[in-house]
Amino acid sequence: MDKKRVLVAMSGGVDSSAAVRLLQSQGYECAGATMRLYSNEDISISKSKTCCSLDDTTDAKLAALKLGVEHYVFNFSEEFSQKVIDHFVSSYLCGKTPNPCIECNKHLKFGSFLARARLLGFEYIATGHYAVRELDEKSGRWLLKRSPDINKDQSYVLYNMTQDELAHTLFPCGGLEKERIREIALENGLVNANKPDSQDICFIPDGDHAGFIEQRVGVQPSGDILLTDGSRLGTHRGLIRYTVGQRRGVGVSYSEPLFVVSKDVEKNTLILGTKDKLYSNSLTAKDCNFILFDKLDAPYRCKAQTRYHQTPADCTVSPLPDGRVLCEFDEPHRAVSRGQAVVFYDGDYVVGGGEIE
Amino acid sequence: MEKRFVYADNAATTRVSENALKAMLPFLQESFGNPSSLYSVGRKAAAALLDARKKVAEALGADTKEIYFTSCGSEADNWAVRSAAFEGAKKGKRHIITSAFEHHAVLRTCAFLEGQGFEVTYISPDSRGLIDLADVKRAVREDTCLVSVMYANNEIGTIQPAAEIAAVCKEKNILFHTDAVQAVGHIDINVKKQGIDMLSLSGHKLHAPKGIGALYVRSGVELSPLIFGGPQERGRRAGTENVASAVALGAAITDAVTGIAQRSAAVMQMRERLIDGLLSAVEGVRLNGDRYIRLDGNVNLSFDGIEGESLLLMLDMEGICASSGSACESASLDASHVLKSIGLDDRAAKGSLRLTINEENTQEDIDYILERLPAIVARLRALR
Repeated sequence: MDKKRVLVAMSGGVDSSAAVRLLQSQGYECAGATMRLYSNEDISISKSKTCCSLDDTTDAKLAALKLGVEHYVFNFSEEFSQKVIDHFVSSYLCGKTPNPCIECNKHLKFGSFLARARLLGFEYIATGHYAVRELDEKSGRWLLKRSPDINKDQSYVLYNMTQDELAHTLFPCGGLEKERIREIALENGLVNANKPDSQDICFIPDGDHAGFIEQRVGVQPSGDILLTDGSRLGTHRGLIRYTVGQRRGVGVSYSEPLFVVSKDVEKNTLILGTKDKLYSNSLTAKDCNFILFDKLDAPYRCKAQTRYHQTPADCTVSPLPDGRVLCEFDEPHRAVSRGQAVVFYDGDYVVGGGEIE
Repeated sequence: MEKRFVYADNAATTRVSENALKAMLPFLQESFGNPSSLYSVGRKAAAALLDARKKVAEALGADTKEIYFTSCGSEADNWAVRSAAFEGAKKGKRHIITSAFEHHAVLRTCAFLEGQGFEVTYISPDSRGLIDLADVKRAVREDTCLVSVMYANNEIGTIQPAAEIAAVCKEKNILFHTDAVQAVGHIDINVKKQGIDMLSLSGHKLHAPKGIGALYVRSGVELSPLIFGGPQERGRRAGTENVASAVALGAAITDAVTGIAQRSAAVMQMRERLIDGLLSAVEGVRLNGDRYIRLDGNVNLSFDGIEGESLLLMLDMEGICASSGSACESASLDASHVLKSIGLDDRAAKGSLRLTINEENTQEDIDYILERLPAIVARLRALR
C-alpha cells in the first residue's frame, strides 16, 4: 500500500519540526513547506525573531534536511496582507480587538496552504497545533478536542475549521505535552529544540500594535476619556491603544480602580468604569462555525471562552438568524471584547464559535 | 507524451558544458598551484589564467588587460557602478542614469549611492520593454558620471539599444556600463565597435560553473579597487584567483560566441513555436516584452487569473523547470519590478511565467510544454 502523503506546515519552530518526526514514525510520507507571509521590510523591522522571517525559513530548511524531507517555500504575502493584516488594522479602527491568528488559520493555513497541498497531490496537511481531532464513528463527523496539555491548548484558534479541513488535517503534537515534544526534538537533534515559542502576533514582534497601525493609516486622533456616568476624566491617545478590560496605562486617577469598559468609535471616546461595569450577562456573535454538529437548532448548554487563555464560563447558546448566536452566561462574564472570538466547549470538545459583536 | 524532464530556465542558470568541465578539471588537482607562485605548478596555473583572460577578451573584442575576473555578474555590476560613481564624484559629478528594470545588482547599488548623496535618474522602458534613446538623451546632465543600461533584460529578454546609448554617452563624455549577463553568447557583442566602456558578464549563464564572472573595463577608464590586499586583477581585486572556474569561463565563452547566428536561429524557431502554440492554446494570456526584439530563447507570459507560484509547482510536478515574476526565495516578496515597469499590475505580474530555452532543448521539449502547460492553466483556473 502506498504511504499516505502529508505536507507539514513548518514554521521552523519546535512543534512543527517534531510533528514531521512523529508522522514519519506513524508511517506517513512527509514533505515540509514554509509560508513566507511578509518580508521584514514590510513590517518595518530589520531583524525579527518571529515565526516567518527569513531566518526561520532557514531553520525550517535545516530541520527538513535533518528529517530527510523535501521542503518548499510558499509566498503567501499577498493573501496575508489582505486577509490578515488589513483585517487586523480595520478591526482595530472599528474599535474591535481582533485575533489575527484566527484569521491566519482560516485563510492561510486551512485556506491557501491546504489548497497548495492538494494541488501538489498531498492527501493531508499537518500543523504543530496543540489540539486533537477525533472521528465520531456514529455521526461520521470530525470533532475537535482540547490538547491534554491545557497550558498549550490551541483549540480556541481552530474553531473555524470545516469538516473538509478537519478531514484533511493532522495535528501530530495534539495528543502530547509540550515537554514531550521538546524531548522528541532534542532526541532527534532538531536544531530548534530550545527555541522559544513564537509570540502572539507574529507580524508585530515588538508588541507595539498601535505603532504598527499608525504607521499604516496615520496617527490616530486623541479624544475624551469618560466615566460611565458621562463625566470627563481626561484625554486618550487614540482608541487603538486601549482594550476592553484594560486597567493599567490609561493615565487617569480616581478613587476606585477603573477599567476600559467600551470604546465609542463614532464619538472617539474611551469609556471607563468600575470593575462591576465590566461584566456582561450575554453576548451575540456572528460568522459562526460549528464542529460538534452541523447547525445550532436549539438552545444548547455548554461553556464559553471569550479569550485565548481564560477559564470557560457556563452558558446557554441559542441560534439567531444569519448565522449569529446569542450566548447567555449563567454568571456575569468579565471583559467581553468586540472582535474577539467566543468559542463554545462541551467538556473538552469544541462545539463551535464566532466573532463577538 | 510520456513524462520527461524539461529544463526551460536557462536564464536562471545553465548546465556546465563538456568543454568547460574538461578545461577546468586539471586545475583542481594536477595543476593546482597558486598563480602567484614562481614554481612550475604555479606558473602553469598563471598561464592558464592568462589564457582564460585572453579568451574572455577575444569573445568581447577587448584587450586581455581590460578583463577583470569577479565571482559573479552581480559583483561585476556592483563594482562597475560604484567605481564610476566614486571616480565621478572626484570630478564633482554625482548623477547617474539607469533604467527602472535593471537587475537588482545595479538598482540596489544605485539606491545605496543615493543614500551617499548621489542622484539617480531611472528611465522607464516603454510597454514593449525597450528603453528609448531619446529618454536617455533627455536625462543627461552636466554632472552625469555614468549611464548603466542592461544589454538584455533578464526577465522579458528585450534587447536594448546598447551601442546607440554608448554613442550618446561618448559624445557627452559619460561612462557607459552595460549589464550583459543575459546577452553574452546570444547577441554579437564587440565592446570596441559598440563603444562600451564597462560590461558585466556571468559564467554560469553561458555553460561555465557558478562562482565566476567578469568585468570588462576599457583601458583609460579609472577602476577603483574592490578588494585590497594583493596584486591580483591588476591590484584592484585582491584574493587568490578562482583558476579552474576562470579557465572554464574561457572555454565556455569561446564556444558561446562562436556560431551565434546559426544557434540562435534554431533556438528562435523553437521560441516562436512555443509562443504561437501557447497564445493559441490558452485564452487570457499575453506575451510580455517585444515579440521580436528579444533574446532567442526567452518567452515571458502572463496568464489571467493564475498565480505564478502554483503554476511553477505544477510544472515542476510535470518535470518542467521554469520561473515566475514572483520569486519566493528572494528577500522581496513583491511582484517583479520588471513587469511592473512595463505597465503590468501586481496581479498580472504575479501570474507571469518565464520559459528560457537554449540549444540543448529539443522539439520534443517544446511539444511537451505545449501539451502540459495549457492543461495546467486550465486546472488552476478551474480551482479558483
